[in-house]
Amino acid sequence: MSTMTVDKAGPTRNVKYGSMSRDRAWALRWSYFFLVLFAIFSLVPPFYMLITSLKGSAEISAATNPWWVFHPTLENYVALLSSNQFLRFFFNSAMVSIIVVIITMLISIPAAFALSRMKFWGSATLATGVFLTYLIPDSLLFIPLFKMFALIGDVTGIQLINRWYVLLFIYPTLTVPFCTWIMIGYFASIPKELDEAAIIDGASWLQTLTRIFIPVALPGLIAATIFAFTVSWAQFLYPLVFTTSADQLVLPVGIVTTLIKGDVFNWGQIMTGALLGAAPPLIIYAFLMDYYIAGLTAGATKG
Amino acid sequence: MAEVSLRKVVKRYDDVEAVRGIDLDIADHEFVVLVGPSGCGKSTTLRMIAGLEDISDGDISIGGDVVNDVPPKDRDIAMVFQNYALYPHMTVAENMSFGLRLKHYPKAEIKSRVAEAARMLDIADLIDRKPKQLSGGQRQRVAMGRAIVRNPKVFLFDEPLSNLDAKLRVQMRIEIKKVHQKVRTTTVYVTHDQVEAMTLADRVVVMNKGRIEQIGTPTELYHNPATRFVAGFIGSPAMNFVPCRLEEADGRLHMRLTDRIAFPLPPARAARYQSVSRNEPLLLGIRPEHITETRPHAEPGIETFEAMLDVTEPMGMETLVYFSLNDTPVCGRVNPNAGARDGSPLRMAMDLNNMHLLNEATGLVI
Repeated sequence: MSTMTVDKAGPTRNVKYGSMSRDRAWALRWSYFFLVLFAIFSLVPPFYMLITSLKGSAEISAATNPWWVFHPTLENYVALLSSNQFLRFFFNSAMVSIIVVIITMLISIPAAFALSRMKFWGSATLATGVFLTYLIPDSLLFIPLFKMFALIGDVTGIQLINRWYVLLFIYPTLTVPFCTWIMIGYFASIPKELDEAAIIDGASWLQTLTRIFIPVALPGLIAATIFAFTVSWAQFLYPLVFTTSADQLVLPVGIVTTLIKGDVFNWGQIMTGALLGAAPPLIIYAFLMDYYIAGLTAGATKG
Repeated sequence: MAEVSLRKVVKRYDDVEAVRGIDLDIADHEFVVLVGPSGCGKSTTLRMIAGLEDISDGDISIGGDVVNDVPPKDRDIAMVFQNYALYPHMTVAENMSFGLRLKHYPKAEIKSRVAEAARMLDIADLIDRKPKQLSGGQRQRVAMGRAIVRNPKVFLFDEPLSNLDAKLRVQMRIEIKKVHQKVRTTTVYVTHDQVEAMTLADRVVVMNKGRIEQIGTPTELYHNPATRFVAGFIGSPAMNFVPCRLEEADGRLHMRLTDRIAFPLPPARAARYQSVSRNEPLLLGIRPEHITETRPHAEPGIETFEAMLDVTEPMGMETLVYFSLNDTPVCGRVNPNAGARDGSPLRMAMDLNNMHLLNEATGLVI
């Protein structure tokens, strides 16, 4: 009899067939799991850099827990920030990156505007061509480029190799195609009627670009700026090849070539230099992210 | 203020002719509506007047000057787009004043013009908002305000109400009419909605397949359409077209609709159709409001017949009835109290004083 009673009570499992909330909860749990995993994966190296940068060289080589600082010190920071050489690297990097961003924007914005709006013979082919240039790996280009600048030096006597400003000619070959490509995408998403309205209102092409397109496509512009800055700031191969004198080096190359002497690694200062070098892009991201919001075109047209 | 004229205007895209030789004269202060189904070339025509499309052939003149090669900004026109095309990063006031600022008008004048237009359009308190903070109707008002402040020679409207919901569309239609009554600027308005065309226009231009089918006042088009296309396009529900034939019987001209139904034509109509060949396949064109329930007293020219109703649609103030004549579906409008019911017979009356006779082959109204 007792078994009958149990059967009549119905299933004891809490079955929710097709329950959305259940599916969603699981999806969320998995998302959190992978997000946390990924966050740890990408944040451990900077954390280790920070820990190491706060240690003296004695503590770094000591057999203590490497994940903790027992005697925190700022000696690495003081040493680097009071070193003229390090400040020179920083200055070179900043000059190169800022000027490259300006050059890139001056070329990419008008190029993207022309390619996305002025339908001229061959514009579609040119747009694809711009993108294809970006697909060529930069590591294939440095030898021909080096030969080119060496030749220019031989023929004209203008010495560009081993000058930090040679990078101003080289980096745009990496940044302009990509920035043009993303700007074409952003400009293409601006409704055609908007420039037609501007044309009827009496705007020239240049006014349409500066007064309508640039403000409306600002998120795209910021994305392109961030990209161009990051590429120039973090570039390692080209400055390593093109610059050799200590006063012409940029930060990433400078840190590696001056703080590693033979087989002696000055780990504390290397970590500090790397951390300080990572700061400007971080700060720029933090500032520009506020403007980097989609949906700025909302309200232009229906929808 | 200016008149606009188009002479043999053609627009060709590669091999396709979108507009095939249009002649049109628009008088000063006139409100002309270009109407037609999509792909009829009405928008292309408007864009050619605006200067946004090149003209393949012919001449367009505004205020007497040929403007074929004049850029849009020097044509002194203003255009309102279907999707408003407001500048999203500018406030309402900045949107409206953009054109004036580009032309370096004095600040005080810009301000007074914007204020005036905003008051006229009832958007004075929205002047500092961005477009995304506005509703569809408000955005359309701003787009109109942008056109008004320029005080151009010609207003061009490209389906300005298509994105609005039905109720707002009616409201904005009245608004556009009011604005035109105040500013009296020559206006060319494109729409695919024949109701908009009828209600707004001084003159309607019906276009089809790149050509003008007919130009006339709304009443002319409604009562005296020139072609089958115009007859069927203007009016809702659309005009009925029933195959018919003329024949002589008892010394009078009759119109035979089916084997059993043949009506004698009223004298005025009979005189008009006397010369039409008796064997020619013809179409009777008659509007639903001229097919009604029978009246208590016989009237000249109104003929009665028995119809088997397929479907009835009570609309409130009238009931639409659908039945077949010789397998051709026909719509009529009867009084809601006439006793029309789905699937039941009803005695109907056809007002032949308002009939049209069309040549089936050419589609022309005889």
